[in-house]
Amino acid sequence: MNLNCDLAIIGAGPAGLSVALEARKNGIENILILERDRYLGGILPQCIHNGFGLHYFREELTGPEYADRFISQIMWNHIEVKTETMVIKITPEKEIIALNPKDGLLNIRPRAIALAMGCRERTREAIRIPGSRPAGIFSAGTAQRYINIEGYIPGRKIVILGSGDIGMIMARRFALEGAKVKMVLEIMPYTTGLIRNKVQCLDDFNIPLRFNYTIVRIEGEKRVEKVVISRVDKNLIAIPNTEEIILCDTILFSVGLIPENELSLEMGIQLSPVTGGAIVNENRETGIKGIFACGNVLHVHDLVDFVSEEGEIVGRAVSKYLNQKTKYRSHTINLVPSNPISYVIPQHIDYIDSERKKIKLFMRVQKPIEKANIIFQDEKRNTIISYTKKMLTPGEMISLYLPEKLIQKDIKILNISIKEVNQE
Amino acid sequence: MKARVKNIICIRCPRGCKVAIKSKNNKIQSITGNACPLGIEYAREEFIDPKRILPTTVKVINGELPLVPVKTEKGIPKDLLFEAMKEIAELEVKAPVKIGQVIIKNLIGTGVRLIATRNINRSN
Amino acid sequence: MKTDVAIIGGGVIGTFIARELSRYKLAILLIEKEADVAMGTSKGNSGIIHAGYNADHATLKGRLNVKSNFIFDNLCRNLKIPFKRIGSMVIGFNEEDLKKLKKLKENGIKNGVQKLDIITGNTLFELEPNLNPLAKYALFAPSAAVISPYELTIALADNAIINGVNIFLENEVKNVVCKDGQISGLLTSRGFIKTKFVINAAGLYADEIAEKIGDEFKIQPLKGEYQMFDKQWSTKVNHVLFPIPTHLSKGILVTPTLHGNLLIGPNSYWANDKNDTATTQKGMDEVYQGAKRLISELPTKDKIITSFTGLRANTLKKDFIIEASKQIKGFINVAGIQSPGLSAAPAIAEMVVSILCDMTKEVQPGLNISLQNNFIESLPEKQFLSTYIDRIGEWKKIIKKDMNYGEVICRCEKVTKAEILRAIRSPLPAKNMDAIKRRVRAGMGRCQGGFCGPKVLKILADELNASPLKITKKGKRSEILRSRIKEMIKE
Repeated sequence: MNLNCDLAIIGAGPAGLSVALEARKNGIENILILERDRYLGGILPQCIHNGFGLHYFREELTGPEYADRFISQIMWNHIEVKTETMVIKITPEKEIIALNPKDGLLNIRPRAIALAMGCRERTREAIRIPGSRPAGIFSAGTAQRYINIEGYIPGRKIVILGSGDIGMIMARRFALEGAKVKMVLEIMPYTTGLIRNKVQCLDDFNIPLRFNYTIVRIEGEKRVEKVVISRVDKNLIAIPNTEEIILCDTILFSVGLIPENELSLEMGIQLSPVTGGAIVNENRETGIKGIFACGNVLHVHDLVDFVSEEGEIVGRAVSKYLNQKTKYRSHTINLVPSNPISYVIPQHIDYIDSERKKIKLFMRVQKPIEKANIIFQDEKRNTIISYTKKMLTPGEMISLYLPEKLIQKDIKILNISIKEVNQE
Repeated sequence: MKARVKNIICIRCPRGCKVAIKSKNNKIQSITGNACPLGIEYAREEFIDPKRILPTTVKVINGELPLVPVKTEKGIPKDLLFEAMKEIAELEVKAPVKIGQVIIKNLIGTGVRLIATRNINRSN
Repeated sequence: MKTDVAIIGGGVIGTFIARELSRYKLAILLIEKEADVAMGTSKGNSGIIHAGYNADHATLKGRLNVKSNFIFDNLCRNLKIPFKRIGSMVIGFNEEDLKKLKKLKENGIKNGVQKLDIITGNTLFELEPNLNPLAKYALFAPSAAVISPYELTIALADNAIINGVNIFLENEVKNVVCKDGQISGLLTSRGFIKTKFVINAAGLYADEIAEKIGDEFKIQPLKGEYQMFDKQWSTKVNHVLFPIPTHLSKGILVTPTLHGNLLIGPNSYWANDKNDTATTQKGMDEVYQGAKRLISELPTKDKIITSFTGLRANTLKKDFIIEASKQIKGFINVAGIQSPGLSAAPAIAEMVVSILCDMTKEVQPGLNISLQNNFIESLPEKQFLSTYIDRIGEWKKIIKKDMNYGEVICRCEKVTKAEILRAIRSPLPAKNMDAIKRRVRAGMGRCQGGFCGPKVLKILADELNASPLKITKKGKRSEILRSRIKEMIKE
């Protein structure tokens, strides 16, 4: 089956859905969304807990409810979605090859592409936990899928490694469905998840949370029988003689998300080693003109609200691109973050846009900071603008605006640094 | 009697303000640390009768998927969560299910409604 | 249950023997205690078909390796499994090493290995640009190859079944029943099997089986740990790279795999017991450091997608034990098959068949060992989406025949539903998650089954008409799921 369209979107999760709606709003007619699962919404349908939409809708919604706000609009706008469709290759010339059981082999030629493939979970093998390889080892998201979508409980006595939001949410989910969650272990001295989740997922259920701990061995031949845990020092190395045995039949790994950029790599799109996602300009456009990226495939987000905003940036950008309304700057501006900022998105600013009032930036810090000034300077170290922010943590992405009028014409480098402010 | 201070984290929104509840003779004297009025409400409730919103799933008959995600419209008493889960475990709802549909009008006598949070169509 | 020949052990050796024996008009039964073939050493090894210069000429290891080497091209073509002759190099760093390389070469020539050569200088780095710059010499053996040892075992089993062999899985031999110095049969966990000929290819447990009839040798499990890097890293190396071998093993090697990954390992240390297949922190570090000696710019550890181990069936005898038992007539031991066991499998099987034929006169003179007319040499062609990516247009007509070829289940390894169903419906059916993984690679990629796991489980449950609660990772007691939702809370 050969198809042409204006915009092809890879993934019908919150990022992809948002791109589609915003592109349609900006006049793009022929949109095709390609989704590998049987339903729309990406990861949201299995995130049955509250906490979504506080910024975007000013309401607290569950994952499925948040997804539905967009899905219903997709239906209403008659935007075409092909489900159970797996993209297996994209060429740099924007030819998409996909498969599904209904249409067979699809050859799609869009004029623009939005990459919204999301991310995958880091596995036990990738963090190299020694021991045996029995049944009963799951990443938190896979366990979540079994419980909330398929309707099966994959364990009775659970140990969870990783106190991010996903790990804590799953601790509560298992506990509510009658399983025994023995403990949550966190290798860092703090949780990267919301404190709120510690309260309503762990404290409420008397599930112990141990900081500075990790799993050093998994035991069990056919099914998990126990884990050996150990305290770690500040370099995350196991401290000898602190081992303990915890009997369990299930281990959940909630140890990080990795943007799923296999297709991007194969196309030759340059990725950032820090974010794991594409290097992009302010329109979230990758190194290949007309191919955009947003959502978790670009960088791992904490709040779906920002994913939707990022999708809108791409939706508008696609419209500008397709209508040839983009105008290049004489020089690209490179955004250069310095420690302790781990990354800034976008990595560079390419366009002049008279309609644009501000550019939205996302960034993350490497360590918790109580109060700091985030300072933007040109290459001569003149301060362009400075923001004061409180309670910065690696677990919460920072969203900032850079006012258009402050960006001088011939600036080439924008240095972004953090100066900690000591509380009096 | 002595004044006591109970330190809690407000869970009304992801901000997680550290709220301090000062009490004497089991009566609230002051609530500090909250960034918004929801925090006062939450602190009061947490002190007197802690409540939690319960998100879970209900089995579906003849649906395109075997489960529909649900949630309580408001918080229910924290110590009744497991009893609520047991009542929900006995339920089966027939597809189609509409988002917002009331699955249980009065969950274990709390007066709180359990509503669907996803559309589940009938299976082919 | 009655059979002419019973083979104990479904590893590459047992299945190879079964397939070779199935050329004859014999009733053959292969008994395996696990839920699939290739569950022991056959799935935990380097997957190398060695050129054959290591083992001494006076040993079976030395002779049978070289004898088997050239058989694999045709065999793999027939069995429709991948096979690549990429050649190997043993790397030396100094003059002391050069002496050892020369000795290996000498021994290799004695064994009959072709085209062995010692290379140095520019040639060395042209062939292996990422080699440790301190490397100076290499023994280059173009006849070395890479194979997937479990794919081979599974293909041999499928072909053996097509040719009339019976394979009983999850069936453990408890005792060998004898009478008047001959075998009456085997007592197994599923009943008594009447037979006069038993071939003991029980791998790590071959000594325990042999002990039942009074043959004494001891097998000690020698563990080796491995690590596998993501697909993009196989370009780091073009051949199988070895360090200078020690008396214990060939050392920690670095090799590209058939499916485009980079494999490093194994180290060597005594396992705690025959079930001790755990990886260790110390072992993983040792393997990584060992590999770095050969490829200094090894990908960083976060690029590792899986680690696993293998247990070698080590005996004190330093050589294969392939002989008729002196205690009981009709019993053949095929034990202590460590490296180069995989490489020598064809010749080992041939030798066992020959021993069997020799002993029939004494044991069962009436047994007519003649070739059957209908031996099917090949397995049918199988389509894998992952091998069609560069010619994807041709996949259209494959989907036309069966739309399940259009449903991609494992994204990382590009495996379709049809391929998974095919594995469940093969002559030796895949009935658990790992069995599927070994046949079609679903779950072997970078997400390690995170995405496809629930889908594969559902396909298995539907196809086997079983509850998802009964689906296992690798056989009984390794069930993936614990209960239906809402049932656990009622307990």
